[in-house]
Amino acid sequence: MAGLVARKDLRVEGRGRVALNQVLPFAFIVMVMFAFALERLPTPANTGDTLLELVAPGLIWLATLFSLLLLVQRSFAIEADDGALDALRVAGVDPVALFLGKASALAVQLAALEAVLLGAALLLYGTELRAGGVVLLVATWLTATCGLAAVGTLYGGLAAGARGRETLLPLLLLPVVAPVLIGATRAVEAALGIEDTAIADGWPWFGVVAVFAVAFGAGGVLAFGPLIDE
Amino acid sequence: MTTPSTGTRATRALGGSALGGVGWLLAFGLGFSPSDRNQAESVRILYVHVPSAWLAYLAFVVTAVASGVYLFSKRHALGWDRLAGASAEVGVLFMGITLVTGMLWGRLTWGVFWEWDARLTTTAFLFVTYIGYLAVRRLGGTHEQRARRSAVIALLAVLEIPLVHWSVRLWRSLHQEATVLRPDGEVKMDGLMLFSLFVGIVAFTLLYVWLVIHRQRTMAAEDALEDRGLDAALAARRAEATTVEVG
Repeated sequence: MAGLVARKDLRVEGRGRVALNQVLPFAFIVMVMFAFALERLPTPANTGDTLLELVAPGLIWLATLFSLLLLVQRSFAIEADDGALDALRVAGVDPVALFLGKASALAVQLAALEAVLLGAALLLYGTELRAGGVVLLVATWLTATCGLAAVGTLYGGLAAGARGRETLLPLLLLPVVAPVLIGATRAVEAALGIEDTAIADGWPWFGVVAVFAVAFGAGGVLAFGPLIDE
Repeated sequence: MTTPSTGTRATRALGGSALGGVGWLLAFGLGFSPSDRNQAESVRILYVHVPSAWLAYLAFVVTAVASGVYLFSKRHALGWDRLAGASAEVGVLFMGITLVTGMLWGRLTWGVFWEWDARLTTTAFLFVTYIGYLAVRRLGGTHEQRARRSAVIALLAVLEIPLVHWSVRLWRSLHQEATVLRPDGEVKMDGLMLFSLFVGIVAFTLLYVWLVIHRQRTMAAEDALEDRGLDAALAARRAEATTVEVG
C-alpha cells in the first residue's frame, strides 16, 4: 500500500512537474545567491580553499532545507485539494502506509534535488570530490534524505489543510531539522576533505544523521495517524 | 451580583503569596545579598535568571506530561489539554525572561550578548519550538482536534529537544577548544546568595502555579463560549428551517 501511495505521488509530480520546474530552479538560484553574498569575502588564511569552498557543504544542506519546505507544501497541497487526503483515509488506507508512501516519494524527489545541488557546488563553488570520501558522502546523502523526508512528511501532515500552513511549516520544521543540518554538513565536509578533515572524523556525524532518521522514522510511523485522523 | 472571575479564595491567597515572594526576592536580590567578587553587581540578574530558567523547564515538563496523559488516557479529558497549553504559554514567558536576562548578564560578564555554547543554543531552540507549539494550538478546528494535534506536537518536542541538544553539544565540543567563562562553572556560593536564589525559585514557582491556574480557567471559559456560540448558531439555523417549513 505504501508503494502505491508513493507511486501516486511520483506520478502526480511526473505529470505536473512542479518540483522539476519550480523547486529545482529555486534551489539553484539559492546556490547562486549564496555566492553573491559570500564570494567577495577574503579567503581565510592557511588554507588553499576559497571561502565558498569551505562553506559549500553547509550551503548545499541549507538550500536542501529551503527546498524541503517547498516540497512538503507541495506534497500536501495535492492532498488537501479536493479532500484527497480524506478520500484516502475513507478508502481505508492505513495511516502508516500513507506516511511511508508519502515519505518515500518525498525522499526520491529530495535525493534527486540534492544530487543536483552537489553538482551545482562542483560547478559554481569549485568543490572537489575525493575518491576515499565517496562512501561517506553517499551514506550521508541517503540517510539525511530519509530523515528529512520522514520529518517533513510528519509535520507536513499536521499543517495540511490548516489556515496559515505556509508560515507555520517553517516555524515547526526548521528547529527540528537542526541536527541534520549540523550532522550532514560536518559529514560532507569530512567526505570532501575541507580543511584537510580526515574521512574518519565524518563517521560520528553520520551517526547523528542516522539516529535522527531512525528517531523520526519511528516517530512518524507512530504519530502520523493521530495527527491526520480528524 | 458578582462579576464572573477566574479567581477563587484559594487563588487569591496563592496570588498574594506569589506577590509577597516577589517582594522578598526584590529585598534579598537587590538589598540583603552581597555583590560578587568577580561579577560585582551583575550577579543580581541571576536571582531572576536562574529561577525563570528552572520554571521554564518545569513548565515544559508539565506540558509534556499533561499531553501524554491526554493522549493515552481513555477519557481524553480536555482539562489535560488546557493544562498543557497554559503551562506552555507560561513556560514560553519564563524562557523569554531567561534569554533576555541571560544576554544582559552575559554582556556584563563575558562581554558578549551571545555565546554559541550548547546550553544557550538549546535554550534558544526550546524557545522557538514551544512558540511553534503555541501556533499549532491556534490552528483552529474543534477542541478535540486542537488537543490531539498539540499533544502529538508536544510529545514530538520531547523527541526533538534531546537530539538538538546532543548534536549542538557535539558541534561545539569538536570545533571549539575552550569557550570563555562557562555558565555552569562551579561557583562557591555565599550563604545569603544561595538563600536569595532559593527565595527566587519559591516566588517564581508560586507565580507559575497562579498564572497556570488562571490561564487554564480562562481557556475553559473560551472553549465554553465557543461551544455556546456554536450551539446558538445551530439553534438559529434550526429555527430558520422550521419557519420555512411552516411558511
